[in-house]
Amino acid sequence: MRSLQSLAFSMLAFLLLSGPLNAQSVPHAFKGAHIIPINSKPIDNGVLIVKDGKIVAVGGSNTSIPSNAVVHDATGKVIMPGLIDTHSHIGEGDGGDRSSALHADVRIYDTIDPRSNTFKKALAGGITSVNVMPGSGHLMSGQTVYLKLRKANTIDEMLLVVDEENNIYGGMKMANGTNPRRAAPFPGTRAKAAAMVRAMFVKAQEYQAKVADAKGDESKLPPRDLEMEALVQILEGKRIVHNHTHRHDDILTAIRLSQEFGYRLVLHHVSEAHRVADEIAAAGIPSSIITLDSFGGKMEAINLLNINGAALEKAGALVGLHTDDGITDSRLFLRSAAMMVRDGMSREKALEAVTIANSKMMDIEDRTGTLEKGKDADFILLSGDPFSVYTHIEQTWIEGQKVWDRSNPEDKEYATGGYEIFRTGFQNHHQEEN
Amino acid sequence: MKVLRILFVLFFVIGIANIANAQIAIKGGTVYTSAGAPIKDGVVLIKDGKIDRVGKQSSIKIPSNYEVLEAAVVTPGLIDAHSTVGLAGKYNVDTDQDQLEKSSPIQPELRAIDAYNSREDLIGHVRGLGVTTVHTGHGPGALISGQTMIVKTTGTTVEESVIVPAKMVAFTIGRNLDRSFTKPGTRSKGIAMLRQEFIKAQDYAKKRSSKDAKFSKNLGMEVLADVLEGKLTALVTVHKANDIMTALRLQKEFGFPMMLDGAAEAYLVLDEIKAAKIPVIVHPTMMRAGGDAKNASMETPAKLHAAGIPFAFQSGFEGYVPKARVVLFEAGVAVSHGLDPAVALQKLTIDAAKLLNIEKRVGSLEKGKDADVVLYDGDPFEYTSHVTHVIIDGVKQ
Repeated sequence: MRSLQSLAFSMLAFLLLSGPLNAQSVPHAFKGAHIIPINSKPIDNGVLIVKDGKIVAVGGSNTSIPSNAVVHDATGKVIMPGLIDTHSHIGEGDGGDRSSALHADVRIYDTIDPRSNTFKKALAGGITSVNVMPGSGHLMSGQTVYLKLRKANTIDEMLLVVDEENNIYGGMKMANGTNPRRAAPFPGTRAKAAAMVRAMFVKAQEYQAKVADAKGDESKLPPRDLEMEALVQILEGKRIVHNHTHRHDDILTAIRLSQEFGYRLVLHHVSEAHRVADEIAAAGIPSSIITLDSFGGKMEAINLLNINGAALEKAGALVGLHTDDGITDSRLFLRSAAMMVRDGMSREKALEAVTIANSKMMDIEDRTGTLEKGKDADFILLSGDPFSVYTHIEQTWIEGQKVWDRSNPEDKEYATGGYEIFRTGFQNHHQEEN
Repeated sequence: MKVLRILFVLFFVIGIANIANAQIAIKGGTVYTSAGAPIKDGVVLIKDGKIDRVGKQSSIKIPSNYEVLEAAVVTPGLIDAHSTVGLAGKYNVDTDQDQLEKSSPIQPELRAIDAYNSREDLIGHVRGLGVTTVHTGHGPGALISGQTMIVKTTGTTVEESVIVPAKMVAFTIGRNLDRSFTKPGTRSKGIAMLRQEFIKAQDYAKKRSSKDAKFSKNLGMEVLADVLEGKLTALVTVHKANDIMTALRLQKEFGFPMMLDGAAEAYLVLDEIKAAKIPVIVHPTMMRAGGDAKNASMETPAKLHAAGIPFAFQSGFEGYVPKARVVLFEAGVAVSHGLDPAVALQKLTIDAAKLLNIEKRVGSLEKGKDADVVLYDGDPFEYTSHVTHVIIDGVKQ
């Protein structure tokens, strides 16, 4: 009786666990589409085959399709990788509070609502992977989280990077310039801001040295310190710093500090990149930039120009785009790239700027950002040229599962907006910080 | 001697006018005139700042002394039917934000011409993207924030820029009032205050017309009396459907000319708006939806058109980045959400001109109208197309 019960349990467990796997183990083949793999030339009348959440083949019309595949006729459509957003505020999470300007210990991961329909907005915009960050009102506002926008019931089911040993699920958000400037304990000047950041990293270096000296002897280890642990991960290159910065001198300050302490840095917004593009390129620092329909709106953005994409491309720097949702709308992420093309960026680099360039800035380029055999089956199906105003994203797929479909009226509403579609409305986390 | 001097001055003035208004011929692959069907391989002749001839290249001879410009697409100058540009500056600090006075919730006497900075960089920005005429002025955020005006996006003084110095009076209904106002504290109190103000204005208008010797002039009442007498239009910023109905109720009670501004939930009360014959200056399509406008839809322009409600596009007011929106872009996203591109062009030009009663002067490429023309290297709404030339009053910008 007992063994029967346990047999029943194991069978049930097997069914539950294998259910989704079974569903995926049937290959899906998309044929007839214009495929933009990003890492290689576009393929007319191409074939994309996905299975078990991975891409198994990308090729021309002669690519052999397994006999058991579900075949999707994508004639006239365009297929490209799911978009990667390096900087977003979807998910209704939060970050550090007003008690300090530095919050290395704070994780946005602990506050995100996986049911937030802001995630649907991103799916409608073709975004499949995203770096969700706390706001920019601190020098260091907390740890960011890299998410895959899978259908999920808990935030853990959305994690993109899981390093249980080091507790790393994303990067670290930093900011310089005017946003973190305010009454003590915040810095009142730019120089004070830099001094505070340097002092913090000096302390982290000392902590790092103590840990090294202990050589694994627990009795000699310094007491656990969550802030120091996260900062040491930065010093060791395991955690990337995502640094909000606008003015040309602030950009160079961010680079200077990263070089002093040898940490990995991605510049964010980079409004005056056009003024220091060569310096950024020479430092080998990637830029994640934003498209805006006009300059102005805050002192630091009065020289923001959409020629930033072209300027960084010309200088030979790695350049990606982000939404900073709600500053720009996740649903219009491809428009951001198209607007960069309008101002001189090449189509190829603009396509990379919403895909593989961003994967590189999040250390996820082995899994995302291109349509290549072995990578996650994250892709979008479009009605036409990704950079045309007349094109719609029709479907968004993540790991071989269709997660958004414009032909479904309920899904479509997340693309258009409407009555009580979005629970939260626009919340400007920058408003108090400009 | 005196005659000579006058003659000299006359020659000088005419000379300058001629330099400024060089005669221009624009050849366009497609010329959208906003007055009839588009012309393939068309040409627009500009003479002395006005449109002189519009037709097919095959039937119009370009005079030899004309400067010739060529473009894939040619449209009339674009009209932004509601903005705060020139009052709200790029720095977004208190000292360059003159679109909202926060000392009192009702101040119709505030004139736009007294606050317009014609050298504001954002004006040049929108001009470079095809906007030649802007209805701008006091913004949303007060029950009555002040007046609006219509300008060309040229000129170094407001006197040079302005074409209609007082056009509308800006009202806000709903919860989107600036937080600094202690009164009204509720929406219904706000409406009570507005009704009381209009009743006072009715009384004032009566006294004004009776030419009573004891009549003493009040600047705010002058303006509201002008609204009641139909000389100025009430521009009511309102988003929620129930608040839109309240605006319509207020309009019905006092009978003034009105336009709905923003109207995020207009799609819920299309029949009611249509029956009231009230036009809509629709919120920017890409507006960040929040507060009263939480339920904004990018399909609203298409729905307004399908319902037969007159409407136009606006850049509105932005409290953060981007500090100035661009109507060409807002219309483009409306096009990607169901609005016919040809209709969108009409809305950006002649339909906006009609809503602003300036259609005799701007809004289409027709003989005698101001030579405000925009040239593009492709489909105006495509993200990757460019505006290649902007001409205002016959002058290349």
